[in-house]
Amino acid sequence: MKKLTGIMDGNEAAAYVAHKTNEVCAIYPITPSSPMGEFSDEWSAISKKNIWGTIPLVAELQSEGGASGAVHGALQTGALTTTFTASQGLLLMIPNMYKIAGELTSTVFHVTARSLACQALSIFGDHSDVLACRATGFAFLCSASVQEAMDMALIAQAATLESRVPFMHYFDGFRTSHEVQKIDLIPEEQIRALIKDELVIAHRARALNPEKPVLRGTAQNPDVYFQGRETVNKFYDATPGIVEKIMAEFAQTVGRTYHLFDYTGAPDAERVIILMGSGAEAASETVDYLTAKGEKVGVVRVHLFRPFSAKHFLASLPKSVKSIAVLDRTKEPGSAGEPMYQDVLTVFAEAQQAGALPFGKMPTVIGGRYGLSSKEFTPAMIKAIFDELSKPQPKNHFTIGINDDVTHTSLTYDNSFLIESDKVNRAVFFGLGADGTVGANKNTIKIIGSETDLYTQGYFVYDSKKSGSRTVSHLRFGPAPIRSTYLVQSANFVGCHQFNFLEKTDVLKYAAPRAVFLLNSQYTPTETWDRLPRKVQQQIIDKQLKFYVIDAYKVAEATGMGSRINTIMQTCFFAISGVLPKDEAIEKIKGTIKKTYGKKGEDVVQKNYHAVDQTLANLIEMPVPAAATSQFEMPPAVPAAAPEYVRNVLGMIMSDQGDELPVSAMPVDGTFPTATTQWEKRNISLTVPAWDAKTCIQCGNCALVCPHACIRMKTATQADLAQAPAGFASTPMKMKGQEDKRYILQVAVEDCTGCALCIQACPAKNKEQVSLKAINMVEKDPILERERANYAFFLSLPENDRTKVDTTLVRDVQYLQPLFEFSGACAGCGETPYVKLASQLFGDRMIIANATGCSSIYGGNLPSTPWAQDKNGRGPAWSNSLFEDNAEFGYGYSLTVQKHREHAGEMLKALAGDVGENLVTEILGATQNNEGEIALQRARIVILKQKLAGNAKPQAKSLLSIVDMLVRRSVWIMGGDGWAYDIGYGGLDHVLASGANLNVLVLDTEVYSNTGGQMSKSTPTGAVAKFAASGKRMGKKDLGMIAMSYGNVYVAKIAMGANPRQTLRAFAEADAYPGPSMIIAYSHCIAHGIDMVNGLRQQKLAVDSGHWPLFRYNPLLKEQGQNPLQLDSKKPSIALKDYIYTEVRYKMLTHSNPEAAAMLLVQGQKFVTNAGRCTRNSRRPPPPRRRRSEAWFMVNG
Amino acid sequence: MNLKTKYMGLELKNPLVASAGPLSDSVENIQKLAAAGVSAVVMFSLFEEQLKAEANALDAQLAAGTDSFAESLSYFPPANDYKVGPEQYLELLHKASQAVDIPIIGSLNGISSAGWIEYARKMQDAGARGIELNIYYMPTDPSLSASAIEKQYIAVVAAVKAAVTIPVAVKLSPYFTSIANVARKLKRAGADALVLFNRFYQPDFDLNELAVAPTLELSHANEIRLPLRWIAILRSQMKMSLAATTGVQTSAELAKFLLAGADVVMTTSSLLHHGPAHATKLLAGLEEWMKTKEYTSVKQMKGAMSLKSVADPTAFERGNYIKIIEKYKAEYTLPV
Repeated sequence: MKKLTGIMDGNEAAAYVAHKTNEVCAIYPITPSSPMGEFSDEWSAISKKNIWGTIPLVAELQSEGGASGAVHGALQTGALTTTFTASQGLLLMIPNMYKIAGELTSTVFHVTARSLACQALSIFGDHSDVLACRATGFAFLCSASVQEAMDMALIAQAATLESRVPFMHYFDGFRTSHEVQKIDLIPEEQIRALIKDELVIAHRARALNPEKPVLRGTAQNPDVYFQGRETVNKFYDATPGIVEKIMAEFAQTVGRTYHLFDYTGAPDAERVIILMGSGAEAASETVDYLTAKGEKVGVVRVHLFRPFSAKHFLASLPKSVKSIAVLDRTKEPGSAGEPMYQDVLTVFAEAQQAGALPFGKMPTVIGGRYGLSSKEFTPAMIKAIFDELSKPQPKNHFTIGINDDVTHTSLTYDNSFLIESDKVNRAVFFGLGADGTVGANKNTIKIIGSETDLYTQGYFVYDSKKSGSRTVSHLRFGPAPIRSTYLVQSANFVGCHQFNFLEKTDVLKYAAPRAVFLLNSQYTPTETWDRLPRKVQQQIIDKQLKFYVIDAYKVAEATGMGSRINTIMQTCFFAISGVLPKDEAIEKIKGTIKKTYGKKGEDVVQKNYHAVDQTLANLIEMPVPAAATSQFEMPPAVPAAAPEYVRNVLGMIMSDQGDELPVSAMPVDGTFPTATTQWEKRNISLTVPAWDAKTCIQCGNCALVCPHACIRMKTATQADLAQAPAGFASTPMKMKGQEDKRYILQVAVEDCTGCALCIQACPAKNKEQVSLKAINMVEKDPILERERANYAFFLSLPENDRTKVDTTLVRDVQYLQPLFEFSGACAGCGETPYVKLASQLFGDRMIIANATGCSSIYGGNLPSTPWAQDKNGRGPAWSNSLFEDNAEFGYGYSLTVQKHREHAGEMLKALAGDVGENLVTEILGATQNNEGEIALQRARIVILKQKLAGNAKPQAKSLLSIVDMLVRRSVWIMGGDGWAYDIGYGGLDHVLASGANLNVLVLDTEVYSNTGGQMSKSTPTGAVAKFAASGKRMGKKDLGMIAMSYGNVYVAKIAMGANPRQTLRAFAEADAYPGPSMIIAYSHCIAHGIDMVNGLRQQKLAVDSGHWPLFRYNPLLKEQGQNPLQLDSKKPSIALKDYIYTEVRYKMLTHSNPEAAAMLLVQGQKFVTNAGRCTRNSRRPPPPRRRRSEAWFMVNG
Repeated sequence: MNLKTKYMGLELKNPLVASAGPLSDSVENIQKLAAAGVSAVVMFSLFEEQLKAEANALDAQLAAGTDSFAESLSYFPPANDYKVGPEQYLELLHKASQAVDIPIIGSLNGISSAGWIEYARKMQDAGARGIELNIYYMPTDPSLSASAIEKQYIAVVAAVKAAVTIPVAVKLSPYFTSIANVARKLKRAGADALVLFNRFYQPDFDLNELAVAPTLELSHANEIRLPLRWIAILRSQMKMSLAATTGVQTSAELAKFLLAGADVVMTTSSLLHHGPAHATKLLAGLEEWMKTKEYTSVKQMKGAMSLKSVADPTAFERGNYIKIIEKYKAEYTLPV
């Protein structure tokens, strides 16, 4: 039979089997497992059937807790059911896992093993999550590679049906889940042969069925619970044997052989490493290398970790073994050792006790930790462990891969130990996310993998920014399956797709001697050489690199490709790498283009073809001079003026040297300084806004909408500007009585992402040329130096006095310093303008609970922090607990505020004799309703602190520790719709109902943005999202209406692009309302499929169409006898279609499923219209007789 | 009363045809038009440029933000098939041609010669009984001469004619130096009919926003004069089908165009304004007028007032201009 091969990542490999062997998948998106659910949904959507000829049902739940509940229910009623998850998601499934295992229910959970949030969240891979489930009763089957992810998925499915023990099948997050490999697929008939129908029928026979009713899930008492718990033993005892038997059947049917523990290495090995997961591949590769050199080493790859079979484990080890290192990819602080280390010791101790130890002498066993959060695990590290095992007293409880200079656990290793094979072609590509480099490399892997006999591997590294993000692709091609589960260390080909990367990171450290170096350069060949930093020139010369240059953007522009240089750079790679004969390769590229873009139209195909042809004509081989000529060195990542911590720690991370930071450089409890994005000048945009002072009407709109706080406003006196640099722009204030003051609008050009939202927001047009506004995009390079100096001078100017700013005016509020700046959010982000506005209004007394999601990533991902500080060192204090608990987390803040304020008041009264009655009365009676009153209170607290400073009374000291609480705090709970509408809704509902004084900001993008566009309950009718490929059928949940039903919750629905003034009012009222407040903010998003420059227009269209009515519900008005609900938007003025069909999320359905689109449009329009008709009493003051047209929106009243 | 007419080889039950416009955007509406009595429907125009732009925009926006950030490597589920080409148009054309027993004529606006040919062929395959080439083109390039533009028109017609077997009409703009000459060249290139004239939507200025504002106004009855004149002229010069369009609001315009020599009269504005059922009224009005004037067939009417047939042909030529000027002076100029 012809071998069936496929090119895929671990997620697809596992989902391939899961979808074929299940009837129901109940999931919830979480990185890095989300694609497994998405693949399943996609396959079911195109009617792919399982091995029994039926299409599996795929359901998205509101949380992993919900998903596991649904899995449990579906299993209990007899369906073959699976789920996919990771990390925190898996933790949420633990309660159901106990139930499912306790009830001996056959199922497989496929898990992309990922770190847990401890001192910090990490989306990357280790075994912390799966190992936290050891006690649930699930069997653990681990895959180490993409091929194994497919194979073990099937073995697990067969084994769970036979053993009745539920299985967790897991593989390493990202390293395996996202590594692309060429693998052998298991044909359907082989899957069919391994899954026994009689076991499926037996599973169904155990289901709840009113035809033969039973009861499961009793409550038991001390008399029988214990005995009941012990009933399962025989099933666990039998499981290793069953897995072994199925592995044998698998070998016979499929042809690949596995064991519970697979040993590789010298038969007479004396030093052995034991581990599971992807590290085992690198370890096996290293062991092969070392044994070929005569070293007596070996490695045991653990597949079945639970139930841990002592018999099979002992049998897997060579009798000659003298020392063993057990590696755990997790950390259990305070334990006697990590889990597998303890298991191995237990097995050895028990065997020795029983006299059954198969070795002459008890081996030395040490445990070590490695690879947390996808930390690289390389042959050099593996060799270091073997070297350690040679020592008479090897270090126990060691770490490898880091420098632990605090508790000295780490082993040292020699990074120059490389075992990359000459038979393997290795390539590294540096690209921008936006330029399509990763997509092109995935295509390259497909071409080589499918058109040749070569095996392929692709692994992609992304940075933590959502705008201007950099990608590094690591590709290998070789004649044998590739087991190098670590980044390419020495490449034959290095592609740098952005010239400026050469100034920021050491691109050529990856280049092997005589490698090919391809550079995308916008300069002429001569200029190109001159503009290279000296170090790069020297590397090219020293390593004797073959140097090629192309101006890919020029070719892209000429061929209609815009900024996508993917096809161009891919063509270059094939033209000069020699991986395939050039002409053949070009033909294959064109074939792939047809496949990839064919369904997007012939024009898209043709322009890509054109780009391929033009590339070949523009690719130049550069002569390399004998000596480096450049006087230009790579600049430091952060300027010398930055604080020491930023320079020495964060700067290292910024320049890709974070791996070199020792343990001592890290905070012990995950606490980091704020206000650090200001030091990370990313310079990611080639065009930036420039202010035209004479056209400007000084409205502040541009500053308001700037998602990255790059547009700043101040006023100054003429005297303030005496030292202004040449070219510093200012203009007289256009405000009565203020004409003598200067108005300044300054752009932080180095921090700008080039989104141009400011241009869209500007209402002023140049009188002579109406295409120009008061702010216009210009090329950055010519103005960079000048504007850098201008911005520095701007920062040195005094801030506007907060107490004199009218916070009801958009313009005035922009004089307030943003305390949220230069985040890593997408260019043109629709969320961050709201976040920034809140920071301007309340930042100096704000404490934020942030749900996991986009806002926690752009707000809290290292290396730098956008939450900033004012000149007094005050600013938002921020934390992220989890995704699901954010409302409760923030509620906890409010409880502290309430308690400490109360207690401070109590102590203050008790100390009245010491500090003075008047001061006490003033402090406790202060209203603090505006900036002026707050400033006065701050002044009183300063006096109070002075008075308390010398007071030795314990109560005085205690009061000092919480005295700041007497200045009004503003508690903010922020998150996206995935949190507020779905996973966190239960908590949010409870917190809103609590009556506590707190504020909730829902950044509503109507979809899970951070995890890649999955449907939430906020997703509107007709929108396409993952898990709603045919358009969402149900309506959008009306969170505002639900909250209003409590009557005592302040609720506002806002859209800055439609009505900035209303946005401003809502924030001010929410903060002022002495109870729970919730603002639901329309946030345009890249996941809407819009050109982000039109974000504000989309907000306006959403409001004008009636999809997003603006309102404020203020319970205080009720107390004043007024209607609490004020409608702030007019009756819909455009049809829904005129809004939604300007967004790809809706429009794509008209291309993919026009009938569904038409039906859902009618439904959506009806929803908007009906929502309007069922309304009344919405406006103030109510007219005596209401005409129907005026009452288009309101709650049932 | 015999209302039958023949238009580019198609036998039609009456001379009222629904011209290219938004009413042909669904089978349901086309059925309504047929039920109201129109004798053929010209579908709304398929714009090649728009199809290309949409396909490129879809490609760009689906790719935006992908493969950039580890947690969100894509934002949309992959669709199995996107209908970004002419598929939806052709499907509608096909369904409409099955659903009604009057001819459906495809309307096409291309930008490339490949586009003109490919889409025309596909329309024929989908069931179109004729094709109307909607050559909507703003010649803003100063290096492009009038003759070069005319050559482009002729080349398009020749290419499409060579590609299809069904009749081909050309919807013309009135902005040719010599309309009659162009008409003759198009006829020689193979055009089976001319549709007079295309209405160009002229943008306006929004003084409040200082912006160019697109406008879309339905045509008025007084706009019939330009096509009326040219139909009357061309009818007397050449034997090819002529369709009149623009300004048909009542049966009066219908009658006028037929008298000038149109084989069919097209309208969208009045049907948009009053609904598809208005077609019934127009036809009834025409019959009523014919009865009054004792016409028994449309054939009898066609061209009865063409340049060749009117008592004073100068009314269509320069003489008319002089007459009007003189009349104006007489009526409106105050005696000194």
